[in-house]
Amino acid sequence: MVQEQAPQKLSIQFEDLHQQNESYIVGMWTFLVTEIMFFGAVFATYLVYRVVNQEAFWQAHRHLSVPLGFFNTCVLLTSSLTMALTVHYSQHGLRKQQLLFLLATMALAMTFLVVKGFEYHHKFVEGLVPGPNFHFEPAEYTRVAQLFFSLYFAMTGLHALHVAIGVLVMGVLAVLIAIRHPSVQDFIPVELVGLYWHFVDIVWIFLFPLLYLIPR
Amino acid sequence: MSVTVARPGEVRHNYLNAGDTVRSWLLTTDHKRIAVLYLVSVTFFFMIGGLLAALIRLELLTPQGDLLTSENYNRVFTMHGVVMIFLFLIPVIPAVLGNFLVPLMVGARDLAFPRLNLASWYLYMAGGLIATWAMVTGGVDTGWTFYPPYSSSYSTSQVTLTIIGAFIIGFSSIATGINFIVTVHKMRAPGLTWFRLPLFIWAHYATSVIIVLGTPVVAITLLLVVVERVFRLGIFDPALGGDPILFQHLFWFYSHPAVYIMILPAMGVISEVVACFSRKRVFGYHFVAFSSVAIAVIGFLVWGHHMFTTGQSVYAGMAFSLLSFLVAVPSAVKVFNWTATMYKGTIDLRAPMLYVMGFLGLFVIGGLTGLFLAALATDVHLQDTYFVVAHFHYIMVGGTIFGYLAGLHFWWPKMTGRMYPEGIAKLAALIIFAGFNFTFLPQFVLGYLGMPRRYHWYPEEWQMLHVMSSAGAFLLGIGYLLPMLYLLWSLRNGALAGPNPWGATGLEWKTDSPPITHNFEETPIVTEEPYAYENHHEHEEVASGTGASTTET
Amino acid sequence: MSNEQQSHVHSVPIRVYLLVYVALLVLLVLTVGAAYLPGHHTTLNNVIALTIAVVKAVLVILYFMHVRYSTRLTWLWASAGFFWLVIMFILTLGDYFTRHWVPVQGWQ
Repeated sequence: MVQEQAPQKLSIQFEDLHQQNESYIVGMWTFLVTEIMFFGAVFATYLVYRVVNQEAFWQAHRHLSVPLGFFNTCVLLTSSLTMALTVHYSQHGLRKQQLLFLLATMALAMTFLVVKGFEYHHKFVEGLVPGPNFHFEPAEYTRVAQLFFSLYFAMTGLHALHVAIGVLVMGVLAVLIAIRHPSVQDFIPVELVGLYWHFVDIVWIFLFPLLYLIPR
Repeated sequence: MSVTVARPGEVRHNYLNAGDTVRSWLLTTDHKRIAVLYLVSVTFFFMIGGLLAALIRLELLTPQGDLLTSENYNRVFTMHGVVMIFLFLIPVIPAVLGNFLVPLMVGARDLAFPRLNLASWYLYMAGGLIATWAMVTGGVDTGWTFYPPYSSSYSTSQVTLTIIGAFIIGFSSIATGINFIVTVHKMRAPGLTWFRLPLFIWAHYATSVIIVLGTPVVAITLLLVVVERVFRLGIFDPALGGDPILFQHLFWFYSHPAVYIMILPAMGVISEVVACFSRKRVFGYHFVAFSSVAIAVIGFLVWGHHMFTTGQSVYAGMAFSLLSFLVAVPSAVKVFNWTATMYKGTIDLRAPMLYVMGFLGLFVIGGLTGLFLAALATDVHLQDTYFVVAHFHYIMVGGTIFGYLAGLHFWWPKMTGRMYPEGIAKLAALIIFAGFNFTFLPQFVLGYLGMPRRYHWYPEEWQMLHVMSSAGAFLLGIGYLLPMLYLLWSLRNGALAGPNPWGATGLEWKTDSPPITHNFEETPIVTEEPYAYENHHEHEEVASGTGASTTET
Repeated sequence: MSNEQQSHVHSVPIRVYLLVYVALLVLLVLTVGAAYLPGHHTTLNNVIALTIAVVKAVLVILYFMHVRYSTRLTWLWASAGFFWLVIMFILTLGDYFTRHWVPVQGWQ
C-alpha cells in the first residue's frame, strides 16, 4: 500500500528518500542486534546457572510475586500496542492521535517502573538483596539464592534502565511533535523509537517466564 | 574520464582547507576529517602504550625484578595491554583508514550516519581519557583480561574506572561498525555490485559484523564485573555459587573475534597494496572476499581455545580445538592468494610493498604458531608462557601494525596530497621488520623453555634471550619514530602527489588528492571489475613519485 | 534497487495490531497456566514456557516491528542477532553439559 505522507528532508549523503529511510531502518536493526547480544550474554549467564542449580532457583523464585509480574507483562504488551498505533498514525500524518498514543505509551512505561519499584522495595524489606544482610529460608539454599537474586537484580535492573531510557526518548519525541519540529515531520523517528520500544518489550517477554515461572 | 590536476601554485578546494578553526574540526561530520582526528588520537595512545612496552623491556633486561616492584610491573603490563588493544589495535585501521576510505571506495559522499561517526570519536576520546585517568590515579593490575574473582573481589587497583573506559570505547567501536554496515549495504555507487567492491571493503564489512555481534557481549560482561565490585552482587563469585569460567566464556566470545577485528582490516589493506604494486588482479578475488566472511563467522566459534587449561570440559576443548584449526583455512587461502598475485607480476618494491612482504612473512609465522596453541596437548605446555606472547604479537604487531603502516603510506598521498620520502620510508620499513623479529623471535624460545608471561623475575640462564628481545624493542622503537617524523615533514615538504600517484584502480583514486569535502564532483559510475590493472598499462610510467603527476585517461 | 524517487510506506491496518495484541495476551495467560500444571514436568514446562515466549517475540517482530513487510536486508539483520545468540548458548552450555562425562576430582 502506498501512503501519502509529509515531505521529508534529504540529507546530503543520500541519493533519494528511499535510500535514506531504508538506511535508518537497517541502521536501527543493526543497533538492535547489538542490544540482542548485550542482553543475550546475561541470558546465557542465567541459563548456565539455572541448569546447574534447578532446585535452588525454584526455591528462590517463590519469593517473586507472580501477580505483579503478570500485571507488568500486560502493561508492557499494551504499551507495545499503543506504540504500534503511534507509528500507524504517524504514517498517516495524524498529529493529535499520534501524540495521544505516544503519551499513553509513556504512561504505561512509567506504570511498569512504579510497579517494579514496589517489587524492589519489597525485596529490600524481606532481606533478599544480595550482600551482608541477605537472609533466606531454607538456609541450605542461601548461597545459590543469593546468586539468583544477583541475577534477578542485574537482569531486571538492566531492563528497567532500558525502559527508563525509552521514557526519556519518548518524552523528547513528544515535545518535538508538539512543537512541530521539522526533524519529526515524517514517520521515521517515530518508527525508530517504536523499534526500540518493541525490543524492550521482547526482552521482558523472555524475562517474565524465566524469572517468575520456574518449574520445580 | 579525465581528471583535473593540481598545478603548483594553484590551491584547489579540498577537505583540509574547507575550514581551519578548531570548531570546524571538532564539530565536523566529514568522514575524512574524523579520520584525521582519529589518526592523531590513535597515535597519541600508541605512544603511551609504546612507553609502557619500553618499561617492560627495560625491566626484563636483568633477571632480578630491580627496576619496578612486582605490583608496579603488574600495572605496567596490564596497562600496556589495555591501551594497545582497546585504544590502538582495535580502532586503528577501521577508524583511520576505514573512515577515510570506505565512503570514497564505494563512491558515496559520506558515511550513512555522519553525526554518529563524530559521536564515535567523542566516545573514543571519553573512554580513552577515563582509562588514562585510571592509569594516572593508580593503574590497574588484573591483566587486560580482567579475570574474576581477582578483578571483582580482590584487586585494589582502578578496575572499575578502567572497565568503564573500555565499556565506552566499545560503544565507539559499535557506532563505527553500524555505520560501515549500512554504508556498504545502501550507499554503493551505481554499477558497484558486491563483487566489484574492493577487498578492503569486504574486509571492513566482515570486521563490522564482528564488532556489532561481539562487542556488546564483552561490554555487558565487564559491566557485570563492575556491578559485582560496586554492589557486591555475586555473579562470577565462586563463594556465591558463581563460576569464574563463565566470565572467561563470555569474555573470549568477544575477545577472540577481536583479534579478527584487528587483523581483517589489515588484510584488506594488503589486498589493495599487493594488487597495485604487482600490477595484477588479486588472484582468486572471490576466494579472498569470502575468506573474510568465513574468518568472521568461524572466528566466533573458537573462543574456548583460550581456556584449555581452566577446567572447561574436555569435550568442549576438543570441539574448540577442531574449530580453531578450521579458521586457519581461510587465513591460509588469503596468504596463498596474495603470493599468487605477486607471481609473474610487475613488482614495484616501494615502502608499502615492503610492509606487505613483511606482513606475509610475519603473519605466516604468527598463524602457524597459533596451530601449536590450538592443539590441546601442546597447549598444556605452552599456555601462559612467552610462546603465547610471541604468537599474538606476531599477529597483532606483525599483522595489524604492518598492515596499518602499509596502508598509511599507500594512502598518505590521498589523505594529504603530498608524497612521503621514499628512501627513508624504505629504510624505516626494514628497521621495523628487523627490530620486530629481534624482539619476538627470542620470546618463542623463551616460552618453549618455560618462561611464564607476566613475571619479572626469571632464572639467569634466560638473560641472553631477554637482552636480545629488549635490544630488538629498542630498534623497533626507532623504526616507529621514523615514520612519525618524516610523515610530519612531508606535510609541508613532500612532493605534490596528484590524484593517482600509484596508477592504482579504485574510486578513491578518481578524485582529487586531498579529496573535496563531499568526495566527488558527481556520483561516479562503475563499469569494470576491481583491480583491472591489465586495462591500465599506461599507468606504469606514471608512478614516478617524485613530482606532480600527469593526466590520465 | 534504490532508484525510485517516491518513498513507499507500508501501513498495517489497525485490525492486525489488535489481533496480534489479543494473541499476545492469550499466550501470556497460557504461559502462566502451564506453569501451574499439577505434577513434576520440569523439562516439559521449560519447553512450553520458552516456546510460547519465542512465539510471542516472533509476533512482535513480524507485526509490531514490521519485519514481515520489510526488505530482505532487514530480515537478514533481524535474524542475525538471534542466530548468533544461539551459537553462544550452544557452545557455552556445551561446556557445562559435558563436564560430568569424564569424572575428574574437583569438578562439580
